[in-house]
Amino acid sequence: MSQTIRFLLDGREVQVTGLPPTTTLLDWLREHAGRSGTKEGCAEGDCGACTVVLADAHEGRLRWQAINACIRFLPTVHGKALFTVESLRAADGALHPAQRAMVDCHGSQCGFCTPGFVMSLFGLYQTQAQPDDSALADALSGNLCRCTGYRPILAAGRQMYALPAPQSTHLPPPAWRDDPAAEADLLARLAALDDGAALRIDHPAGHYLAPRSAADFARQYAEAPHATILAGGTDVGLWVTKQLKPLPLLLHTGAVREFAHVGEYQDARGTWLEIGAAVSLEAAFAALLREYPEATELYRRFASRPIRNSGTLCGNVANGSPIGDSMPALIAVGAEVVLRRGEQLRSLPLEALYLDYRKKDLAAGEFVQAVRIPRRPAQPGFVFRAWKIAKRHDQDISAVFAGFALRLEDGIVADARLAYGGMAGIPRRAAGAEAALRGRALDAATVAGARAALANDFQPLSDMRATAGYRLQVAQNLLTRLQLELQGQFPTRIHDEESRRAAV
Amino acid sequence: MQPSEAVDLAIPADRAAVPAVQGAVGSGLAHESAVLHVTGGAAYIDDQPELRGTLHAAIGLASAAHARIRRIDLAAVRAAPGVVAVLDAASVPGLNDFGPVVHDDPIFASDEVQFHGQALFAVLAEDMRAARHAARLAEVDYEALPALLDVDQALAAGSRVLPDAQLRRGEPEAALAAAPHRLAGSVRHGGQDHFYLETHIAYAIPQEDGTTRVHSSSQHPGEVQLQVAHALGVDAKDVVVECRRMGGGFGGKESQPGQIAAIAAIGARLTGRPVKLRLDRDDDMVLTGKRHDFRIDWEAGFDDDGRLLAVRFMQATRAGYSADLTGAIADRAMFHADNAYYLEHVDILSHRCKTHTVSNTAFRGFGGPQGLFGIEEVIDAVARHLDLDPLAVRKRNYYGLGERDLTPYGQKVEDNVIAELTAELEADCDYAARRAALRAWNAASPVIKRGIALTPVKFGISFTATHLNQAGALLHVYTDGTVLLNHGGTEMGQGLFTKVAQVVAEELQIDVSHIRVTASDTSKVPNASATAASSGADLNGKAAQQAARKIKARLTEFAAARYGVREDQVVFRANRVHIGNAGNGNGTATGKPGAPLSLSFAELAKQAWMGRISLSATGYYRTPKIAYDRETLSGRPFYYYAYGVACSEVAIDTLTGESRVLRTDILHDVGRSLNPAIDLGQVEGGFIQGMGWLTSEELCWSADGRLTTHAPSTYKIPAVSDVPEIFNVRLWERGFNAEDSIFRSKAVGEPPFMLALSVWHAIKDAVAAAADYRVTPQLNAPATPEEILRSLTEARQRDVEPPAGATA
Repeated sequence: MSQTIRFLLDGREVQVTGLPPTTTLLDWLREHAGRSGTKEGCAEGDCGACTVVLADAHEGRLRWQAINACIRFLPTVHGKALFTVESLRAADGALHPAQRAMVDCHGSQCGFCTPGFVMSLFGLYQTQAQPDDSALADALSGNLCRCTGYRPILAAGRQMYALPAPQSTHLPPPAWRDDPAAEADLLARLAALDDGAALRIDHPAGHYLAPRSAADFARQYAEAPHATILAGGTDVGLWVTKQLKPLPLLLHTGAVREFAHVGEYQDARGTWLEIGAAVSLEAAFAALLREYPEATELYRRFASRPIRNSGTLCGNVANGSPIGDSMPALIAVGAEVVLRRGEQLRSLPLEALYLDYRKKDLAAGEFVQAVRIPRRPAQPGFVFRAWKIAKRHDQDISAVFAGFALRLEDGIVADARLAYGGMAGIPRRAAGAEAALRGRALDAATVAGARAALANDFQPLSDMRATAGYRLQVAQNLLTRLQLELQGQFPTRIHDEESRRAAV
Repeated sequence: MQPSEAVDLAIPADRAAVPAVQGAVGSGLAHESAVLHVTGGAAYIDDQPELRGTLHAAIGLASAAHARIRRIDLAAVRAAPGVVAVLDAASVPGLNDFGPVVHDDPIFASDEVQFHGQALFAVLAEDMRAARHAARLAEVDYEALPALLDVDQALAAGSRVLPDAQLRRGEPEAALAAAPHRLAGSVRHGGQDHFYLETHIAYAIPQEDGTTRVHSSSQHPGEVQLQVAHALGVDAKDVVVECRRMGGGFGGKESQPGQIAAIAAIGARLTGRPVKLRLDRDDDMVLTGKRHDFRIDWEAGFDDDGRLLAVRFMQATRAGYSADLTGAIADRAMFHADNAYYLEHVDILSHRCKTHTVSNTAFRGFGGPQGLFGIEEVIDAVARHLDLDPLAVRKRNYYGLGERDLTPYGQKVEDNVIAELTAELEADCDYAARRAALRAWNAASPVIKRGIALTPVKFGISFTATHLNQAGALLHVYTDGTVLLNHGGTEMGQGLFTKVAQVVAEELQIDVSHIRVTASDTSKVPNASATAASSGADLNGKAAQQAARKIKARLTEFAAARYGVREDQVVFRANRVHIGNAGNGNGTATGKPGAPLSLSFAELAKQAWMGRISLSATGYYRTPKIAYDRETLSGRPFYYYAYGVACSEVAIDTLTGESRVLRTDILHDVGRSLNPAIDLGQVEGGFIQGMGWLTSEELCWSADGRLTTHAPSTYKIPAVSDVPEIFNVRLWERGFNAEDSIFRSKAVGEPPFMLALSVWHAIKDAVAAAADYRVTPQLNAPATPEEILRSLTEARQRDVEPPAGATA
C-alpha cells in the first residue's frame, strides 16, 4: 500500500500526500501547484475551461487523453503523466503549434475558455495526424466558448498541423508522430513511477482505495458495500463539487488490471465483446462501432470527448440514470451485464438490471464488472438504430433516446427490440410497440399500431428538457423515422455524419 | 465548414502612403493578451495570488419566490467548520442596496424575499468549500406570498417596476382602419443567461485608513466604486476598484457586480481581512440577472405590396423584482421597434412588468434584439399573408434616402446603407436562386424541410442616457519613449484595449509594442461610464486620441522651438519625428537650428523631459450632436447607426423538431475598421450568441419560481457543432462612418447579435414549408426542438382546419 499520490507533471515526478481524496485535480492545480492557467467555468465537466491532458501507458504506447480536471479526483491521476496549459511552451518560449495557431487565428477573445481549448487541441494533436472537420469538432465538443462563435478556433485546429512541430529534445511533450525516443522516455518515466503497490489514502475527510486486481477489488467492496465505487468520476465528481457531499470511502476501478480491457467472451449463444469496468467510453465505443457503425451518431453526441475519455461504459450502465445514453442502444442489441460479488459472478440481460428509478438488481457489495455486447448478428435483415434527441448536438442530455434493433425477414419484422431512455424512471423496452411490430410488414399501418401501443408503454415526465407530450410524440415519430429511413426514398435526418458532410 | 473569407488587413488607401507603424489603426493585430490567453498566463481575479488571511465568501440563497421571512436561524451556519463570520442585512454599515438607477435592489433581503435565489446572507470562511457548505445550513421559515412569475401574470395584476411608456407618431388607429389588409398577432421570446465563462467575482482588500481596494470583474468599475462606498457608508475617495480583464461580460457585468463587490467589501471591512467572493456557476445563474424576455402583441395595416401603413406594438417585458436597467432597456426596445423600416403611423406601448423572478439586466443589444424581434415578426407575417418573398417586403419597407427617413422618435436616418448592403449580400449569397431551389427541394422532402431568410439590422449607437456618453483617458510617455495607457473602458474580451492602443500608436506614430495598456482603475480615470452600448472604442478611443494629441502637440511645440522650425515642419512618422524639411532625412539630432533632422520618438521624449515638458496627459471625449427628451422619447438619442445583413439557411427535422444551420452569409458595416480581425470576431461571436438566444438557450422555471436551468448541463449555449457548416462573414469594404467617429469606425459589440434573426426566420420558413407554405407559423423563441415540433404540428392542423374568424 502506498499513501502517496505519484504522477508526472511536465514529465517530472510529483508526490502528493495529506489531501482529502476528493480534492479535484483542478483545485490541486490552482490552489496547491500554483498553476492557475487551468480555469473553473462550471465545476461539472460541461464547459471545458478546466481541460488538461493525461498520458498513460496503454498497450505499450502512450495514450493521450484530454479530460476535465474539475470533476476528476486527484488520486486518479496516480501513475499518469499530466500536462496543463503551462506545459506546452518550449523552453525557449516558443509557443506550441496549438497555441501559435490560436493566436494567429484570433481564437481567443476573453481568454477564459482558451486554456481548455488549447489543451483539447493539444490532445488532438497528440493523437491524430490529419483529423477531418468532424474529428476536429468532436475534439472540441466539450469546450464552450461564449465569445468567438468557434469559427476561428476551428481554423486554429486546422492550422496547427501546418506549423512546425515542437522541438522534441526536451519536455514539453513530443509530437505524436515521429518521436519514438521521446515517447519511450516518457513511458520509461511512467514505468518508474509504478512500484506495484496499490494506492490507499487515509485522510480524516475520507478514504480512497485503488486495488490493482479484480479479486482485491471484489473482496474490498464485499467487505465495505457502503463504499462509493469511483470509475471515471464524471458523475461522482459532481456529488462533491455540486452537492458538497462527503464520500467517506471511495473504491476506484481505474487501477484494476483486469478491468482495463475490451475482450471477447464466448458462450453457446455466440461471441460477445466484453467491456471491462474501467474501460473508458471512448475505448468502449471504438470497439462497439466496429460491430455497430450505426452507433456513430450516438458516439458523436454522447457527452463530449473529455467526458468520454474519463467516463466508463460500465459506469454509465451501473449508474442507471433514466437518461443515460448507452443503455437503450445496448438493451436493443441484447447486451448483458456481468455482476460480481466477492468471487460470485452472474450475468443479467441489461434491461433486467433496472428495477425502478435508481433501483437496480444489485445486492450489497455487488458491482458491474463488465458489459457484454453480442457481436453483430450475421444473418441479413438485421437493422440497428440509435437516436438521440436533445436541444443541442454536442454534450447534451437526451430528452428522448431510442435504440432499435430489428430482424427483418422478407420485409416482415421477425423480431424487434425497442428500447427508450427519457421515457420512464429507467431505460426500458417498449413491450407493446415491439409486439405491434412483430410478425408484420414494416409499413405505415404497422407503425401506426406501434405508435398507438407506445402511448401505453410509457407515461413520461415533464422537466426542463422536454414535456411529457413532446417525449411521447417524438418517441412515436422515431418509429415513423425508422420506417421511412428503411424505405430510403428521401432524407430523414439532419445530424448524422453523412448529412452533415453533404450539407448544401 | 469553410473558413470565412480572408480579412483584408491592408491599411486603408488614404493612409497607405504613410510608412506603417506596427499595430497601426486598420491592422489586424492580435488581441493584446492573446499570448497570455493561450499560455495560461492571463491572470483573472481568481488567479491572482491570495494575500495571507484571505477569507472566502459564499451567499445563502432564498428558496421561495415571494415570501415574508418569519424567522431565519443561522446558528448552524455560524457553527459550521471554518466559518469566521456571517453577514446579513444588519451587517451592512451603509446602504443595503446596489440598485444602479432605482434603490430597489437590497444586497441582502431582510423581511421580504422577492425571488427564488435572492441573497439572504453571506458566509465568510477560511476556505471556499467551507463557506459554500455552511451557506446551505440556514433554516428559514417563510410565509408564502402570492408570486407573479411571468409577464402575463404581471400584466393581469398591473404589476410594474416602472411606469409604462408610449411612443406614437401619426394616426395609427385611422391608418389601420383604412388599410387594405390588416393582421394581428402575439409572439414571445425568452430571456438569456450571459454565460460568461468567468463567473462573478470580487476580491476586497482592506487598506490603511479604512479604505478598500476591490478587484471586481466588472464592466463598470466606477459604478462598483459607488455601490461599495454606499454599502460601506464611506465616500467614493475611500474605495478603489480595479479590473484588468473579465472572462466575458456581455452586459452581465454591467450593474450586477455591485452586489458581489459590496458583499466582499463589507466582509473585508468587518473582519479586517481580505475577502474573495467567487460565485459557483449555479449560484451565478440563479442570483444574477439575464436578458429581458418579451411578449409582443402587434397589429399591422399594409397594402397589396406589403408596404406597412400602420403598426401598433404592445411590448411587455419581464423586469423581474427590481428596476435595475430595465427603463433604458425597454426604451431601447421601443427605439428599435422599427429596425430598418420606415413606420409612418406607429404606436409603441411599453410595459415594464414586475415579477417575482431574478431582476433582468443588460445583455448585448440591450433591448435592441427585442425590438427587432417584433418588427421582423410583423414583416414576415405580412409577406406570408400576401404570399410574397419576405425579403421583397423587407426591402419595400426600408428607410429611404432623403425621404421616408424619420424614425418614430424623430431622429433622421442620415447614414442609411441598408439597401446597399442588402443588394450586395443578396447577390453574393445567391439568395433568389437558392430560395427557389430550396422550395423545389422541400417539395420532394417530406421529413426534412429547409428554410432561408435574409434579414437586416440597423442599430442605434450611443447610450440613450445621454450623460453616459463621455469618457476619459490617461496617457504617460516615459523618457525612453514608451507609453503607458489607461482609460475608463474595461476589457472583457472584445479587444478594446487592443483597439485603443492602436489609436494611440497611430496618433503618436509609434509601434504598439511600445504601448502598455493597464487595468481599468477608478483611481486613474474617474467617473467612467460602463463599457457597454458598444461604445467602448468610440468613447475611449477618442479620449485616448485626445490625450495622445495633447502630448504630441507639446512635443511638436517643443521641437519647433528647440530646432527653430515651424510646428508644421515637425512630423511624427513610423517611430520617428522628422523636423525641418518634411522629413525623409535620417540625420540625427545635431541641434543646428533649421537643419532637417530625424529623431526617434524616444529621443524627442527624452529631450522634452530635459526641457521640462509634461509627458503626461488626460484625454476626454463627449459624443457630439446627441440630445433627446426622456419624457417625450423624442430627439436624437443616437450619434449614428450601425448596419448589417445576414442570410441563413437551415434544416429542420419535422419528426423531432431538431434544427441545424447549414449556411450563413453575413455582410456587416463596421465603418472603417480599427482592427478587422477583432471586428470579424465580434461579428461572428455576436451572431452565434444571438443564434443561441433564438434556438437552444431556454430558461425554465418550476411552478414555484425556481430556475431549473442553472448550469451548462441544462442550459445549452451554442457548442462547436452548431457553427453553420458554411459560414461566410465579411466586413463591408465600403464601410465609412458618416459621423466623425474614431477614425470613422463603427461600434461593433452589439449590432451583429441581431444578425441571428436570419436563423430565426429561416427556421420559420422551414416550419412554413412543413405546412406547404399555406399558413404562417406561430413560433416563439427559443426554437427548441420541442417548440419547432409544436409549431409545425399546430401549423399543419391550421392548414387542414382554418380557425374560425381568421382575419383577412
